Amino acid sequence: MGRFFVGAAQRIIRGTPLYYVWVVFLLIMIAIGIGAYVKQMRLGLIVTGMTSYVSWGLYIGNFTFLVGVAAAAVLLIIPAYLYDFGPIKDIVIIGEALAVSALLMCLMFVTADLGRPDRAWHLIPGLGILNLPRSMLGWDIVVLNGYLFLNLFIPGYILYKAYNEKPVNMKFILPFILLSIPWAVSIHTTTAFIYNGLAARPFWNASILAPRFLASAFCSGPAMIILLFQLVRYYTKFHVKNEALFKIAEMIAIAMAINLFLLGSEFFKELYSDTHHLSPLEYLYVGLQGKGRLVPWIWTAFTFNIIAFVIFLIPYTRKRFVTLNIGCVLIIIGIWIEKGMGLIIPGFIPATLGEVWEYAPTLIEVLVSIGIWSIGALTLTVILKVIIPIELGEFTRTTKMAA
Amino acid sequence: MSKEELEKSGRISELQDTRGSGPTPDEVEQKELIDRRMFFQGAAGVLATMMLGSCSWQEFFQNNFRRMTKGEIEQTVERLKAEYKQKYGKDFVVGTEGPIDATLFGYALDLQRCIGCRRCVYACVEENNQSRDPQIQYIRVLRFKDGEMDLEHSTIYYDPEEVPEKGHYYIPVQCQHCANSPCTKVCPVQATWTEPDGIVVVDYNWCIGCRYCMAACPYMGRWFNFAEPVIPADKVNVNTHYLGNRPRMRNVVEKCTFCIQRVRKGRYPACVEVCPVGARKFGNLLDPESEISRIIQTKRVFRLKSELNTQPKFYYFFSI
Repeated sequence: MGRFFVGAAQRIIRGTPLYYVWVVFLLIMIAIGIGAYVKQMRLGLIVTGMTSYVSWGLYIGNFTFLVGVAAAAVLLIIPAYLYDFGPIKDIVIIGEALAVSALLMCLMFVTADLGRPDRAWHLIPGLGILNLPRSMLGWDIVVLNGYLFLNLFIPGYILYKAYNEKPVNMKFILPFILLSIPWAVSIHTTTAFIYNGLAARPFWNASILAPRFLASAFCSGPAMIILLFQLVRYYTKFHVKNEALFKIAEMIAIAMAINLFLLGSEFFKELYSDTHHLSPLEYLYVGLQGKGRLVPWIWTAFTFNIIAFVIFLIPYTRKRFVTLNIGCVLIIIGIWIEKGMGLIIPGFIPATLGEVWEYAPTLIEVLVSIGIWSIGALTLTVILKVIIPIELGEFTRTTKMAA
Repeated sequence: MSKEELEKSGRISELQDTRGSGPTPDEVEQKELIDRRMFFQGAAGVLATMMLGSCSWQEFFQNNFRRMTKGEIEQTVERLKAEYKQKYGKDFVVGTEGPIDATLFGYALDLQRCIGCRRCVYACVEENNQSRDPQIQYIRVLRFKDGEMDLEHSTIYYDPEEVPEKGHYYIPVQCQHCANSPCTKVCPVQATWTEPDGIVVVDYNWCIGCRYCMAACPYMGRWFNFAEPVIPADKVNVNTHYLGNRPRMRNVVEKCTFCIQRVRKGRYPACVEVCPVGARKFGNLLDPESEISRIIQTKRVFRLKSELNTQPKFYYFFSI
C-alpha cells in the first residue's frame, strides 16, 4: 500500500510543463475562490445576490447541473457492462472518475450555499437529525453520498486488481455495477424532486420535471465525456476508439430529442391553458413586468440546444470531430444555462405573493463558483494522472519508478 | 448608578456576568486576535471563520431544542442570557414555556376592517426583535384594487397621505401556521416544527441555513438573516422566548411565532394588540366559545391559497 502511494505521488508531482501550467492555474483559481468564500463566511450571505425573494441562486444552479453530469456516467456503464460493448468498456473508468469529480463539486456547491456550514453535522444521522423520510434534501444527501461511494468503490476495486496484476472477480463486482445504474437515475430524480415537490412554486411543481432532468442530464454529461476522452487520448497513450465517441454522440442525439420534446410539452401546457402558472415561463422567455434578466440567456441556451441537436442527429456532422466538438460545447453551455439558472431562478419569480424581484449573482458568488469548478478540475486531473497508467499497465505493484 | 447610566458612561464591564459563562471583553479581543492570525493561515482560516459565527464550543455542540434535557435547556438559557447581556447590556428573559394543554392557536383577520395602516408591521418588528439593518418584517400588507384579488397585481409599496385609499383594499399576510405545513416537511434537519399548540417554530441554533423552507412556503412567511442582525440596544425587547423573539444570529431562518413569548402567558400577539380597528382576532380553536371559534362558525371565512391544502390556522373573514 505504501508503495502505491509513493508511486502515485511521484506520478502526480511529475509532468510536462503544460501540466504544471494547468495545475498552477487551477491552484490560483482555487485560492481566489477560497478568499471569496472566506469573505462570504465573515459577512454572511448578504455578499451574494440572493434575497428572501430569490433564496437560491448560482450555487444551487451549478449543483443541479453537476448532479446531471455525475448521473450521466450511467450512460457509459450500461453499454459497457450490460451489453459488453468493447470500445466503451475500455473507457468507462474514466467516465466514473468524471462522476466522482462532479459529485465532489455538487457537495461543495451545496456547502457554499449553506448559511451555517459549521452546523453541517446536524445532517449526520444519530449525531444530528436527518429528516427522513420527509425531506427530499435529506434523501438527496443519502443518494449523492451513496453514488459517490459506488463510483469510488467500483473503479477502485477494478484498478486495485489491475495494480496488483490480478484478474477482476466479476461475480463480486457485478452486483455493485448493476446497483449503480438505478442509483445514477435516483440521484437525478431525487434532485428533481427537491424542487418538484414544492406546491408553492408552480414552475417546478410539474410532473415533467424529473423526466426532463434526466433527458437533459444525458445530453450535457456525455458531451463532457466526449471532450474529456479526446483530451485524454491526445495527452496520454490511453487509447479511445472513435466508435466509442460516436456511440456516445448518438445517445446524446436521442436524449436531446426527448429533452426538446418534453420542453415542447411544457410550453404547450402552459401556453394553451394560459393560467398564472405561465408567469415564471413568461419571465424566463420574454420577461415579466418589464423585468427579464434571464431572457437573453435562455434564448442562447435554446439556440445552442437546437443547433447541437441537428449536429448530433446528422451522422455526417456527428462523425466529424470539428462539428462534434462544436456540438458538445454548445450542449454543455446550453444545458448549463437551462438546468442551472434557467431552472432555479424562475422558480422564485414571481415570488409567492406575486412580486417580481430579480436576481443576479455577485462577483463573490462567481469567484466561489469558479473556485469550486477548479477544485473539481484539479481532482479529475490528479485522479486521471494516477489511474490512466494503471489502466495502461504502466503502473503496477511490480513496476519500478525511475528515480 | 442605573443600568442605563452605566451603559451611557461606557462602563458596561461593571455589569459583566461574573459567573464565567460569558467571555469578558478582554477575552473577546484576545479571541479576535487569534482569529485574525489564523485567518491568514489558508485553510485554517476558513475553519476559524466558520467558528467565528458561533462564539463558544457549547454553542457549537448545542443540541436540537426538542432533544435537550431540562438541565441542558437551563444551561443553554443561562448562556444565551449572558451572551445577550454582553451584546445589549440588558438582562434578558429567555422563556421556555411549553404549550398550554387543550389549546390550538388560531388567527382571524377581518378584511372589512383592515385599513392598511401597517401598525401591525412595526409593532411586530419591535416586539419580535427583527433586524433593522438589513430590515426584516414578518407581516406584508398587500394592497389590491377593488374588484380583484390577483396577488401578481397587488403591491406592498404604497405611501399615501391617508389610509384607507379610495378604490383599494388590503390583505396583510404573515406566517399562516399551516396544519399541513410544507416548510417543516422539507427541513433536512428538523430545525423547524409545529408545536402541540399549533405554532410553527424554528430552533435558530439548529438551523443550517439551507433555505429550503423558504422555497417551500407559499406565503413568504419565512425570512433569512443574510447579515448579522442589527437591533439598537435601546430598542431591543428583553422579554423573549427560546423559540420566539430572542435575538437571532446571521445566516439562519426566522418567522412569525404568533408571539409565542406572549401567547403562552395568556397575552395577545403584538399585532392583535396594536391594530387600531380591531381587525385582528386571536384565540383557542379548541374552545367552541372563543372569539376565534365564533368567527369561524358565524362569518364568511376563507384561507389563503386553500387549493394548496396547507390548511392554515390563519383565517380571513368579512365582519359584515
